Amino acid sequence: MSTTEHTTHDEEDAGRRDFLHVAAAGMAGVGATLAMWPFVDQMNPAADTLALATVEVDISSIGEGEAIVIKWRGKPIFIRHRTAAEIAEAEGVALSDLIDKETDGERVRGEAKWLVLVGTCTHLGCVPLGTKSGDDKGEFGGWFCPCHGSHYDTSGRIRKGPAPKNLAVPTYAFVTDTLIKIG
Amino acid sequence: MAEWETIAPKNKALGWFEERLPILSLVHNVVGPGTPTPRNLNYWWNFGSLAGLMLVVQIISGIVLAMHYTPDTALAFDSVERITRDVNYGWLIRPMHANGASFFFIAVYIHILRGLYYGSYKAPREVLWMLGLVIFLLMMATAFMGYVLPWGQMSFWGATVITNLFSAIPVVGDSIVTLLWGGFSVDNPTLNRFFSLHFLLPFVILGVVILHIWAKKVSDSGNPLGIEVKSGADQIPFHPFYTIKDAFGVGVFFTIFATFIFFMPDAMGHPDNFIPADSLVTPDSIVPEWYFLPFYAILRSITFDIGIPGTDIVFIPAKLLGVIAMFASILLLFALPWLDTSKVRSARFRPVYKILFWVFVAVMVLLTIVGGKKPEGIWPVLGLLGTAYYFAHFLIFLPLLGKYEKTLPLPESISNPVIKAAE
Amino acid sequence: MKFTKHLAIALVSVVGIAGAAMASGADKHPEKQKWSSDGPLGQYDQASLQRGWQVYKQVCSSCHALKYFRFRNLADLGYNVDEIKAFAQEYEVAGEPDDAGDETVRAALPQDVFPSPFANDNAARASNGGALPPDLSLMTRARHDGKNYMYSLITGYGTKAPEGREIAADKSYNPYFKGGQISMAPPLFEGAVEYDAGQPEATPEQMAHDVVEFLSYVGDPTLGQRHELGFKVIAFLLLMTIIFFFSMKKIWRSVKAGKNFYEEE
Repeated sequence: MSTTEHTTHDEEDAGRRDFLHVAAAGMAGVGATLAMWPFVDQMNPAADTLALATVEVDISSIGEGEAIVIKWRGKPIFIRHRTAAEIAEAEGVALSDLIDKETDGERVRGEAKWLVLVGTCTHLGCVPLGTKSGDDKGEFGGWFCPCHGSHYDTSGRIRKGPAPKNLAVPTYAFVTDTLIKIG
Repeated sequence: MAEWETIAPKNKALGWFEERLPILSLVHNVVGPGTPTPRNLNYWWNFGSLAGLMLVVQIISGIVLAMHYTPDTALAFDSVERITRDVNYGWLIRPMHANGASFFFIAVYIHILRGLYYGSYKAPREVLWMLGLVIFLLMMATAFMGYVLPWGQMSFWGATVITNLFSAIPVVGDSIVTLLWGGFSVDNPTLNRFFSLHFLLPFVILGVVILHIWAKKVSDSGNPLGIEVKSGADQIPFHPFYTIKDAFGVGVFFTIFATFIFFMPDAMGHPDNFIPADSLVTPDSIVPEWYFLPFYAILRSITFDIGIPGTDIVFIPAKLLGVIAMFASILLLFALPWLDTSKVRSARFRPVYKILFWVFVAVMVLLTIVGGKKPEGIWPVLGLLGTAYYFAHFLIFLPLLGKYEKTLPLPESISNPVIKAAE
Repeated sequence: MKFTKHLAIALVSVVGIAGAAMASGADKHPEKQKWSSDGPLGQYDQASLQRGWQVYKQVCSSCHALKYFRFRNLADLGYNVDEIKAFAQEYEVAGEPDDAGDETVRAALPQDVFPSPFANDNAARASNGGALPPDLSLMTRARHDGKNYMYSLITGYGTKAPEGREIAADKSYNPYFKGGQISMAPPLFEGAVEYDAGQPEATPEQMAHDVVEFLSYVGDPTLGQRHELGFKVIAFLLLMTIIFFFSMKKIWRSVKAGKNFYEEE
């Protein structure tokens, strides 16, 4: 076998051969990467979990000045039927007095008497008191978190204590005047 | 054993790391360019890497399934249904795991048969062979316990029948069964411990696989000619030649595997396992998964006691004898390197052994079919004949063959397959 | 190639063994029917699924539960959210205990399971002469050749039992059923269900076909997704394997030419 011939042959092939091997390695890489997705995605919420991600709540039975707690996505949701005095108090606060500046109007979605909040303290995730009638409502008449002493007002805004933000307002909408859909 | 080559990467950081943990050298010397491998390995040598890959597939899909599965008799079946119905891609991962077990066994069975045909178990590879058998035994235990987890009818009754095998052991049998069950029947404690062990054993298998590969590195791969490597001309580097060949094998194997997962996920399962376990109703016939059928057939083939004929004296009752036969059928493979007395490894140069090998394969297929049939009509007879051949093959034919078989002349070397003058 | 031949033989025998017919103990084997979900590209027929759902709801559901079927799954049959809510609202399920601790009922919601007709298995047996109507969620997979079996069983009434076979007064003879004696009375008859205008006539055969289509969906709801993705995956794997093959041939050329990698020639 002549060595020279062999070399020429090899050089001619070099380009095509490289492409072939790169394509082979590329296919293997792409295949392995795509195959990983199902194993990652399975950790996302499953269909039965997602089916519970929106709930409809009938609020007609909540009397003025009362509040209820329901469970939504594993977290407590406070729904409060505020009195006129509570609304006035919430609306009357100057923005400059607030830590996390939001007007009361930005925190309600329908009539001002309905306040819907995610009931986890924005400090470290405890559930604040103030929903049940006998609870300590804190210095501002809203909610009080006993873990580290955060006080929320009648609009669920942080007024005093270590929590950095107001109680969150979940995504919700009024389906009818007395039926809300959370999520 | 080939010389151990040290890799010194040019990249400084890599070099620093390599000095402290020579992982690149390990890869280089075990499945890399630094692994001289016989140049004549055929496609039957692909099934080792395929089996290894299937172990990885099973471990990954299994860990994922364990994130959603609930090992409780009241919830297990529902949780498996929830996986296939509601969990993202659960419909893909569950059949992947169930069919993956079958494909793992397909790869391993072909790997074992290759070893039998080419005499891969002979000196100096006895320990390599025995480690493989340990892997096989662990796989059988793992697969059996895994099949119980979905808690369908076949899960429950398979578990009941197989654990009851131990009751055949004299004196302590019943105590052992109670111990295995953690109660007085297969129930919640049984399911819980099976789940725990089913999770653990694959990692034990992985450990033994590492030993298996280590032993392969020490004794080098065998080859279809069954003769030792004589010079460098007989060898080629593992990488790139056998890496690309293994990759091609993976492509073919996975295409078939995917066909089962996507288009016939239930083909290798049993319809009864879609019925939740019911401890009061036994299915028409209890059939294990296909990969256990030959051994199940051996178990059932023994229907006679051993004792003094004409008297009531029984030394070994049929039930115990069947159990002994089943375990012996696998355990005797550990003695195979010494049972086969022939000096020639490869069946290519052993005309009589070659025929017996294919008879053995046919008998295994027959036993697989017998294992899936109800024990009526001709089937028990065929089962007994198959069992008899199985033991005769290893205990009578192979030892004698080494003495009387006239083998063909062997080639000079792998690179120079000129037949040596007949001696 | 010898290897390919061996591999083919091995695979055929494995598949053959796995698919070996199981003894059913019935007088007749199921009749083969055409199903739109058969074959590697098969998909469920939505119109048929909707009709089958109607048949299940109006006929089967009075005795048979469907515990893995939730109202939200109706989306797969082509119904929208409002239609699904409306379907669910026709049924009542157990609610949270009220303030006094008493049990309550509420209208079903899309996330709820289709309610079982009986409180428990014993109640089901008591109402059905001692026989338990099985849950149908997985029936098409829990029987050998399930779809054809169910179709044949539902439409297989009306023949006389073979000579010498006693059939109890409250049972029926059905040659497709194991043992031949079945507790279920013929479930479908002309006019049992009225299909919407534009749909095929509701003959017992048509209803049986539709309800089996629906139940095979409930047993294997992801068949469509599986077939769609499977086609892509197989195409990808085939292409990859072909490229691997040619890459391998190239790489091995020097070996085939007899090159010695370890010693100077």
